[in-house]
Amino acid sequence: MAFTAMVGARVRRREDPRLITGHATYVDDVTAVGMSFAAFVRSPYAHAKIRSVDLKAARAHPGVLAAYCGADLVKAGFSGTLPVAHKIADLKTPPHAPLALDAVRYVGEAVAVIVATDAYTARDAVDLVKVDYAELPVVIDPHKAAAGAPFVHESLGTNVAFTLPFKGGDPDAIFKAAEVVVRQRMVNQRLAPVPIETRGMVALWDQGMEALTLYSATQIPHLLRTQLAITLGLSENKIRVIAPEVGGGFGAKLNVYAEEAIVSWLSMQLCRPVKFIETRSECFQAMIAGRDQVDDVEIAAKKDGTITGLRLKILANLGAYHQLLTPVIPTLTMLMAPGCYRIEHFECEVKGVFTNTMSTDAYRGAGRPEATYLIERAVDLLARELQMDPADLRRKNFIGADAFPHTTVTGLTYDSGRYEGTIEKVLALAGYRALRERQAALRKEGRYLGIGLSTYVEVCGMGPSAAMPAAGWDSATVRVEPTGSVTVLTGVSPHGQGEETTFAQLVSDELGVPIDHVTVVHGDTDKVQYGVGTFGSRGTAVGGAALKLAIESIQAKAIKIAAHQWEASPDDLEYRNGKIVVKGDPSKSMSTPEAGFQAFMGDKLPPGLEPGLDATRRFEPPNFVYPFGAHLCVVEIDAATGEVTIVKYVAVDDCGKVLNPMIVDGQIHGGIAQGIGQALFEEVVYDDQGQLLTGTLMEYAVPHAEQLLNFELARTVTPTDVNPLGVKGVGEAGTIGSTPAVVNAVIDALAPFGVKHLDMPLRAQKVWAAMHGSNGAR
Amino acid sequence: MIPAAFEYIRPKTLDEAFTLVERNSDAKFLAGGHSLIPMMKLRLAAPELLIDLRAIPSLAGIHRDAARLRIGALTTHSEMAASGELQRFAPALWDAANGLGDPQVRNRGTIGGACAHGDPSADYPACMLALDAVFTVRGKKGEREIKADDFFVGMFETALDRTEILTAISFAVAAHSAYVKFEHPASHYALVGAAVKLDLAGGNIGAARVALTGVGDSAAHAGAVEKALAGCKTSDADALKAACARAAEGFDVRADIQASVAYRSAMADVFTLRAVTLAISRT
Repeated sequence: MAFTAMVGARVRRREDPRLITGHATYVDDVTAVGMSFAAFVRSPYAHAKIRSVDLKAARAHPGVLAAYCGADLVKAGFSGTLPVAHKIADLKTPPHAPLALDAVRYVGEAVAVIVATDAYTARDAVDLVKVDYAELPVVIDPHKAAAGAPFVHESLGTNVAFTLPFKGGDPDAIFKAAEVVVRQRMVNQRLAPVPIETRGMVALWDQGMEALTLYSATQIPHLLRTQLAITLGLSENKIRVIAPEVGGGFGAKLNVYAEEAIVSWLSMQLCRPVKFIETRSECFQAMIAGRDQVDDVEIAAKKDGTITGLRLKILANLGAYHQLLTPVIPTLTMLMAPGCYRIEHFECEVKGVFTNTMSTDAYRGAGRPEATYLIERAVDLLARELQMDPADLRRKNFIGADAFPHTTVTGLTYDSGRYEGTIEKVLALAGYRALRERQAALRKEGRYLGIGLSTYVEVCGMGPSAAMPAAGWDSATVRVEPTGSVTVLTGVSPHGQGEETTFAQLVSDELGVPIDHVTVVHGDTDKVQYGVGTFGSRGTAVGGAALKLAIESIQAKAIKIAAHQWEASPDDLEYRNGKIVVKGDPSKSMSTPEAGFQAFMGDKLPPGLEPGLDATRRFEPPNFVYPFGAHLCVVEIDAATGEVTIVKYVAVDDCGKVLNPMIVDGQIHGGIAQGIGQALFEEVVYDDQGQLLTGTLMEYAVPHAEQLLNFELARTVTPTDVNPLGVKGVGEAGTIGSTPAVVNAVIDALAPFGVKHLDMPLRAQKVWAAMHGSNGAR
Repeated sequence: MIPAAFEYIRPKTLDEAFTLVERNSDAKFLAGGHSLIPMMKLRLAAPELLIDLRAIPSLAGIHRDAARLRIGALTTHSEMAASGELQRFAPALWDAANGLGDPQVRNRGTIGGACAHGDPSADYPACMLALDAVFTVRGKKGEREIKADDFFVGMFETALDRTEILTAISFAVAAHSAYVKFEHPASHYALVGAAVKLDLAGGNIGAARVALTGVGDSAAHAGAVEKALAGCKTSDADALKAACARAAEGFDVRADIQASVAYRSAMADVFTLRAVTLAISRT
C-alpha cells in the first residue's frame, strides 16, 4: 500500500464527534455519590472593610452542610496566599487569601462559602449570610491609582506594584535629532475572556486513601497539582488533577484560583464530594480579565519614513491582587513593542498598578496583542503624518529576510521570518491597489471605505525555562502496545487546540500505524507524566517537539529489534515511510507493531535490550518561536449611524510547518473573531465605584456570527530550527494580528473627517461622534 | 443563574388559571418564559408560583377576518416570523418577529408574553402603538379591551392587572407598515426601534402612526413625526427626512454605554426615516 502522509493533510478533528454529539465529559458532567455543592458569597462592594460575617442563619438552613468565612479557614489551619509566578525584582506581592479576611478589594471577591446538599439550597443560603461592610474609598482609574491614595492595599502605602525601566541604544539622542515624531496615547481596554464553559471543579476526597482527586476546567493540571500540594499541605502524589473536556480557556484557565483550593479543602473537611460550577455572572466578576493597559507611544522617524526610535510608557491595570501571571503580562508588551521593524533605539517604562477591580492576567495573546496594537497603530499614524502609503512604510522598515536570526533591541532573538512575503501576498490577494481606487471613488459618493493593514510578529512556543516565570519545557510518552496500537501521553493539556488529531497524525506517519490505532491521552496527572500545560501557543511547538523526540526513541529501539531479527547492524537500518527497512533496500521491511510485538512477547530480543517499547522524552526549547503574518481588513462605515461593517478580511499567516491546515485555519478563524471583538465590541466597564456595568451577556458584547464574515486565509511557510518539527505556535496569532488591522481600517475610513485615532472598542456611537465632531452636524 | 424555589402549575383552562392566581398573591403567569425565567435566574424576580398558560387551548394562532388581524397571545415569534399573512398584512410586526432574539428565543417566546412584560426596549410595543392594536384581556370577571395607547404604562409596567391574562391582540391590516431597529450589539434589544404605519394615497401620506421603543421608559408615539408626515409626498426625500427630524422629542431619552442621549436621539431620527422609507416601499 502506498504511503499517504497524514502530516500536512486536512484531517478532520477526532475530538469533534464527541463534542458535537453531546458525548463529551465536562466538569459539570462529573457526578459522585454524596455530591455536595458549593456557593460563594461575594462582595457587592469594590472596597470595604469587613466588620463581621454572620453565618448563623446560613448554617441553620435545612440542607446546608457547612459555611465558612475567611477567618474560619485560618482558624481551621487553612491559610496561605494564592500564587504568583514572576521574575520581577522588588515586586510588591500583597497577601491574597482564598477568602477575604479583613477587607474586600473588588466586586465579586469571595467572602464566604456555603456547602449544601444541592446547588439550589447552597444558593439560597448565600442570601442568608450577613456581612457587615464598612465602605472604603475606591480607585478604578489606573492613572489615579498610580498617583497616590486611596490605596487598594493600605499596608503597601502605594498602588504601584512595580516599575520596570528599559533603555536600549540611544533613544534620547535619536528623539532629539528626529525629523518626525508622532505621539499617541492608546487605551487597550479590559476584556472578559467569556469561555462558553465557566470555571468549574469537583473535588473528591478519599478519606481511606487520604487522597484527593480534583476535576477542574484548567489548562495546567500538573502545575495546579503542584500548587494544591503546597496550599493544602498534601503530599503531591496524593493529589490527582483531571482536566476533562474544557470548554474554552483562552488563558483564563491558566491559573490557580481561590475556588480550586477552597473546594478541595471543603471536600477534605467534609469527607464528601464537592462541586462548584461558576455562574455566568460570577464568571464576569471573578474570572481574570485580559488587556487593560494605557500605552503612551512615541515613534521617531526620518522624513523618508525610516523609523529611528520608539519610546513607550505602559501603565498596566493589574486589578486588586496578583493572580498567577498578572505582573508578567505587560512585560511581554515591552519585549514585543518593536514588532517586525528594525528599531535599535528604544526606551520603555512598564508600571503595574493595583485598582479595585478583578485581576488581569493572560488572555489570548497575553501582552503581545497590546504590543502589536501599539506599534501597528503608531506605524499607521506615522504613515499619515508622512503621507506615505502604510504598506510602503512597513516594507521600508521590516527586518529583512536575510537578517534572521535577529536579535532585537529588547534582547529577544527572532528565529526566522520573511515579512515581505506575507505583506506582498496579502496585498495581492486583497487587490490592494484596486481597493484604494474604489475607496477614492466611494468617498466622492459620501461612502466611507477603510483599508487597514497589520503586520505582526509574536513570541510564543513558551518557552525556554530560563526565560519563563515557571517551567517552559514539556513531555511526551509514546507507548507501543503489544497488539500494535500506540498510546501517546502528552504533558500539554489541549482544550480545543486539536492535538488529539495532530499528534496522532505525526505518530501515524512516523511509526506507520493507522491514525485510528493512535490514542492521545492528556489532562490527567495520574495517567500522564508531569507536563507544563497548554498556553502561550506552546502545545505543538513544545509538546509536539517532545512527542517527536519520544517517537525517535521508539524508532531507535525498534530498529535494534529489527536488526537483531535480520542479523543486521542497526546502523544499516532506517525508518522509511513509517517502516523499518534496510537502507537502500526497501523490499524487506518490519512495521512498528511487529517490532512492538517482539518487544513484549518475542523470544528473540537483542541481548541487553530491555523488553517493551515505550519512551518518555522531554523537550526544553532553546528559544521561543516567532510566527508572523500580515492581515488586511476592509470596512465600510454607515455615515448615518457610525456602524462599522467589515466587508473583506484577508489574513496571510506564517506559523512555520503546518501539521493540519484545517486546524490551523480554525485557530486563525477563532483568533480573528476574538481580535475583531476587541476592536469593535468588547469592553469591561466598571463605574467609578467599581460596580461592573458589563456583568452579563446582555451588556458585554462578544462578536456574534452574523457580525462576522468569511475570512480569506492564506499562508507562507518559513520553518524554524528551534524545535525538531519546524513548527511555530498559532493559537494566538489571529487575535494578535487582527485587532490593529480592524482599527487601522476604521481610522483610514475616517481620514476625510480628520480623525487620527480612536480608542477601542469602536462602537457605532464613538465613530459617529468622531465623524460629527470634526465635520459639524451632517 | 440559580432561581429561588417556586411552584409550577400548568392549568388546562383559563378559569383554572384565574383560580390559581387569586389564591397566591405572589403568582406569575408564564408564557414562553424568555423574559421571566432569566430574571428569576438572576433572582431579580422570585415568584412563588408559576402558572404556565401553554396548555390552555386556542390562545395561539394568527387569524385574518376581512380587514382585521387577530393574533393569539401564545403565538410564538417564529410562528409570526413564518406567517405569510403577517408579512403581507402587517409587515411591521413581521419585521419585528424576524429580528427578535435568536432562533431559540423565537421558538419559545410569545407575542403576548413579550407585550405583557413591558420591557422598554422590546420590539413589539412600538409596533402595537403604530398599528393601534387592541389588547383583549380576560379576568375572572370577564373580558375587556385595552387600546395600545393605554396599555404600555411605564418601564416593565402595563395596564394589565396581576390577575388578568392577555388573550389576543388585534388590529386593522396595515400593508404600509415597517419596523426597523438599531440593535444593541450584545443583547440585540433595540437601542432604538421605530415602527411606522402609513396610509398612502396617490403618492401622498395621509395619516401616519409612528412609535419608538428603546428610547424612553416605555414605547411611545413620536407625535411630532406623525403630524409632520401627514401630507408629505412619498417621493420627496427631503420632506420625509425633515419630518423625521427630532423624532425623540417628548421622550425622556435614556443613556447607557452604547448610546448617550444625543446619540440615541440622533438614531431615533435615522431609524424613523428608515422605517418610513421601508413602509413606503411596500406595495
